[in-house]
Amino acid sequence: MTFIERLRPAQRGQLLLAHLVLLAYTALALFPVFLVVINSVKGRRAIFQSPYALPNRDTWDLIGYEKVLDNSNFPDYFLNSITVTVGALFFILLAGSMAAWALAEYRFPGNAIMGLYLALGIMIPIRLGTISILRLVVRLGLADTLAALILIYTAAGLPLAIFILTQFMRQVPRDLKDAARVDGASEYRIYLMTLPLIRPALGTVAVFNMIPVWNDLWFPLIIAPSEANKTVTLGAQVFLGQFVNDWNAVLASLTLAMIPVIILYIIFSRQLIRGLTSGAVK
Amino acid sequence: MTSANSARRRKPFPVHILIFLAPAFIVYTLFMIYPLLDSLRLSLYAPDVNRQEVFVGLDNYERLMTNDLWQPRIEGAIKNNLVFFAIHMLVQNPIGLMLAALLSSQFIRGRAIYRTLIFTPTVLSVVLVGFIWRMILSPLWGISTDFLDLFGLAAYDKPWLGLEETALPTLSLISVWQWVGIPMMLFLAALISIPDELIEAARVDGATAWGVFWRIRFRLIMPTVGIVGVLTFVGNFNAFDLIYTTQKATAGPNYSTDILGTFFYRTFFGVQLQPGNPTMGATVAGVMFLIILAGVLLYMFGWQRRMLQVEF
Repeated sequence: MTFIERLRPAQRGQLLLAHLVLLAYTALALFPVFLVVINSVKGRRAIFQSPYALPNRDTWDLIGYEKVLDNSNFPDYFLNSITVTVGALFFILLAGSMAAWALAEYRFPGNAIMGLYLALGIMIPIRLGTISILRLVVRLGLADTLAALILIYTAAGLPLAIFILTQFMRQVPRDLKDAARVDGASEYRIYLMTLPLIRPALGTVAVFNMIPVWNDLWFPLIIAPSEANKTVTLGAQVFLGQFVNDWNAVLASLTLAMIPVIILYIIFSRQLIRGLTSGAVK
Repeated sequence: MTSANSARRRKPFPVHILIFLAPAFIVYTLFMIYPLLDSLRLSLYAPDVNRQEVFVGLDNYERLMTNDLWQPRIEGAIKNNLVFFAIHMLVQNPIGLMLAALLSSQFIRGRAIYRTLIFTPTVLSVVLVGFIWRMILSPLWGISTDFLDLFGLAAYDKPWLGLEETALPTLSLISVWQWVGIPMMLFLAALISIPDELIEAARVDGATAWGVFWRIRFRLIMPTVGIVGVLTFVGNFNAFDLIYTTQKATAGPNYSTDILGTFFYRTFFGVQLQPGNPTMGATVAGVMFLIILAGVLLYMFGWQRRMLQVEF
């Protein structure tokens, strides 16, 4: 006897209804994406005549992709996005875990105030300081560089990272650290020793920051807009704006920009969802 | 290190603590706290005839609120932003709650798959989401006509993003479509963490699933309702990308989709014939800061207090 058969008819009806609602919402969430992807490999005519059909031998056409690759520097944009995202994640995790370690491990005057100060940025959006950030970046000689973006995203990501990591650092057993101290290990060494123990938390912080940094339009647009420093998000924005009436090119570039994000999402979805549902952002 | 406590207290501040705190403290202070404060300072300055920035007190704020050129724009942006926020609160968060309630049931098979798929739009960049929906809603392509035709409503199709009355609600719903995954996940986390015994006890007492949900589960996740509310508020009053992507910086048609983020951008960067104005831009940012701060404080002292949530 299957699970379904054990239920009363009323419960079966409720279950069916629940699945229908979830299926309908899933379709709503995925259909626009699906439509863009299947039409990106069709000729212009087929896009308009049979938008819902899967591509077949007659309608298959990669002209959109050829245009995108001829007319833009998408490979460079990708490299820039990867540099910025990886750089920001590295510094968020390094500086964030160091500060979290200090807050969780040591009692010192001002510990609580420092924790509060570093947490202020969780709720206040960094964008509000954009004008002064731009002036600061110019004064530091970092105008229109990827380094400026990395520093900005590091500053923006640190508050939540420190908040989450401090909670996890506190859970590392005291015996372990004291044993290392008795053996004469330095405080730096003990910090390094605890990092592998909070790997899940580091993963959660990384995944939380990865998506907003990769997807951000505001700071690339204002801080680093030159062709050489464009990120994928800004590059796509400019390209799509220019080719807005060329449906093949727009659909192809949308697909090209989405695919790496979706692949990354599939790889990290478990981590991301575990992070979100483990109450890390309580 | 082995010395007695009394001796330790007289020691200078331990260097290693400073070293651990320094990188985060410096980057965060320099690139976040200092710019926020400096931007607020800048909102009290204006360029004089020699283009030197001089202190003018609250003149910029007064100009923003009373000048014939500025006042309609800031008022429009705040009103539109309130509509944008209201639609998120009334559509996004209830849908997120409903999906979370369904996904928290142990009887639903394939919960993890639904959850992962429904969250997909949330990971896409707003730029892509904006262009995807621009195409879907384009009268040229006719997808929206076909969709309405399913319900026999094809005659009601409109250029949704091109009309003043419909552009803002449409964009709000696109944003809801993208971000519904966040409240869904937060509600789901809260619902899962409710102990089974509580719900079982209510069931034994003869409560229906519907009654259990509203009288027990929903009450127990009230702290999360507050968090979702404040996150929605901060996110909405700071939004920019979607409007910029679909309607350009001018937030057309006729400023009907102008929200504080786009107004801020136009003011400080300039657009078309209007030159950029950093000090007025800082003033708009100052208004946004006050609105967001008011929301966050209201949440912290009005809501969280009552919830007896002591997190820090």
